[in-house]
Amino acid sequence: MNFYLELAIKMVVIFAMVPVTALVTGYAELKLSSHMQSRIGPYYAGVRWGWAQLIADGVKFLQKEDIIPDNADRPVFSLAPVMVMISTVAVFMVIPFGSSGYAIGRNVDMGIFYAMAISSVGTLGVLMAGWSSGNKYSLIGGLRAGGQLIAYELPLVLGVVGVIIQAGTLSMQGIVEAQIAQGWPFAFTQFVGLFLFLIAALAEMNRTPFDMPIAESELVTGFLTEYSGFRFLFFFLAEYANIFAYSAIAATLFLGGWGFWGVSAAWAGPFILVAKTFALSFVVIWFRWTFPRFREDQLQSLAWRWLVPLALANIAVTAILKVVI
Amino acid sequence: MNVDPMMHLADAAISLELETPEMTLNVGPQHPSTHGVLRLKARIDGERIIDVDPVIGYMHRGYEKLAEVRTYPQIIALLNRIDWVSGYANEIPFVVGAERLMEVEPPPRAQYIRLILTEMARIASHFLFMASYPMELGAASPFFFAFRERERVLDLIESVTGGRFHPNFNRVGGVKPAAGAGSTTKTVIQDLPAGFYAETRIAMDKVLAVCDELDDLIVGNEILHARTKGVGVMTAELAASYGVSGPNLRASGVEFDLRRTEDYLPYEDFDFWVPTGENGDCYDRYVMRVHEIRESAKMILAAIDGIPSGPIIAKVPKVIKLPKGEIYMRAESPKGEVGYYLVSEGGTGPYRLVVRTASFSNVSVLPVLLEGVLVPDLVAIFGSFDFVLGDVDR
Repeated sequence: MNFYLELAIKMVVIFAMVPVTALVTGYAELKLSSHMQSRIGPYYAGVRWGWAQLIADGVKFLQKEDIIPDNADRPVFSLAPVMVMISTVAVFMVIPFGSSGYAIGRNVDMGIFYAMAISSVGTLGVLMAGWSSGNKYSLIGGLRAGGQLIAYELPLVLGVVGVIIQAGTLSMQGIVEAQIAQGWPFAFTQFVGLFLFLIAALAEMNRTPFDMPIAESELVTGFLTEYSGFRFLFFFLAEYANIFAYSAIAATLFLGGWGFWGVSAAWAGPFILVAKTFALSFVVIWFRWTFPRFREDQLQSLAWRWLVPLALANIAVTAILKVVI
Repeated sequence: MNVDPMMHLADAAISLELETPEMTLNVGPQHPSTHGVLRLKARIDGERIIDVDPVIGYMHRGYEKLAEVRTYPQIIALLNRIDWVSGYANEIPFVVGAERLMEVEPPPRAQYIRLILTEMARIASHFLFMASYPMELGAASPFFFAFRERERVLDLIESVTGGRFHPNFNRVGGVKPAAGAGSTTKTVIQDLPAGFYAETRIAMDKVLAVCDELDDLIVGNEILHARTKGVGVMTAELAASYGVSGPNLRASGVEFDLRRTEDYLPYEDFDFWVPTGENGDCYDRYVMRVHEIRESAKMILAAIDGIPSGPIIAKVPKVIKLPKGEIYMRAESPKGEVGYYLVSEGGTGPYRLVVRTASFSNVSVLPVLLEGVLVPDLVAIFGSFDFVLGDVDR
């Protein structure tokens, strides 16, 4: 197939995937949280089970007036949601959904490096939103997000290094193939890495127990305070698409990606990956409705005093065992 | 004129040090976790609070003045609007004070009904705290668990009094005949609705069960401990000097409970535990309420077993007139000490009614505790005091 045609089709598919995964994850959160709290949750929108609730919400957001506060920094304020969205979309480019070349946006040689790097751009958008809103609550929220990024980027990346050492490649596709070749997922050997990755990813996604940048009981809604309508929708979609993206990366790195014992059909790959991803997304949602939130200084000390040393120890042990065995 | 130019250079050198300007953060009056319209003017340096100036009065409704132009039965309807979360408990000291002035003794059955409803109001009020405090710390789910059982208790209060929040059920000399019982049946058993005892037993078992559930869900949570233990420590001396009362005072280790010391309701018939904390931190203030819910539920179960029969209202004239005199009557409301200083010049209404509410004193200690803490702790500390703004401003 023509390279540019293929690229165009893939781009369209990925741009369609982001809102779809966001809506599915968001709907799952609404329903799961309801059942955890002895409620029913959305029920009427879309005839059965309220499946169309988030679509209705999205349409509502589109109808809202676009409000920019007077003392906001207008260009930065408008650019911030776009930045967040771009980083989310870009992460989807390197997630392999199957063995064929058509099932991945682009099989970059440094796929995991690219994913880690581009996903941090989203926090930059959060920082921009907090800075430009002209609101003190937003400012504190944005700066908290910045502090969180610096603290948790390290355990996130270091948690992955163990996998990279074991697989011997940075390519996402290569990591999946390495797991299939050895017959079991890296979660068995890199459980410390998985643990670190999940905790750090929660912090990167600003999810409970690390949702201080939003912290609705302290900062109203943190950096989102001044956003409404379509711009808020961007943040909202990016948040839920991010849950999917991080869960998909974790599933790829630690749970064997699109591979499963005894399944070799090419069409099964996407389903296996999505099933694993939603299992991890469930954990993320479950945490949100169970835990209170940490304090900012507790988050920092958790990262620097526990997670980073643990990650370094994990890397050292993995490297030694890799050489010895 | 003879300014040494070198002095400016010296000043410039000093100002090269990193200076972070202070910022004023207005928490409230419209803020998700100030329980209404409390305003905290906080001067902050980064996330560190330098000092806090609470501004109250946004909800002042002038109850003391309103009481001067109303009759005694009308005032009872006013008083349960001061702290609407535990409306019933606020009526009690006023009617008891009026009865003492009139030298009327309410019949024992009426006293037991008052006690049951007061403890139910305590459970309802504490459940509101159990719901909202984890929310302030970022955990949303306990809210629904606590509110589900609170609704059960409010249903019981409603079945007796006809009102969930504003029962207006007390009369000088006893309690009102239950809704639908009619004025001629004051002396028979119809004062409590049919099935009240059975439903209370079911509800109290559920309340005790949900306390255990909340223990598993949130009270034992490590993150909650990290957020609340050692945060906002209030010493017993500090608490006493600001007139803090109720569970907040007991959390600081002072065993002071007006249910023990004042004889406004037949509490001496019951054997109940007054929990006290050790450290006076947010965690202690939080678990105080869980313990008190359990004790109240047990007390209600004992009270419906031992409730005496008989009339529910003493013989009082149709028009309530108090003799000349004055009395200060206080009681243990869920928030702490609520007291009414009642001055009567004779006649159908008071000459003056001074209202002492618990939340006002409890809020006044906030600036001391909030000095030097972080912004997240600000919410954790003022949330732990369980105040209601209507109770602060009156």
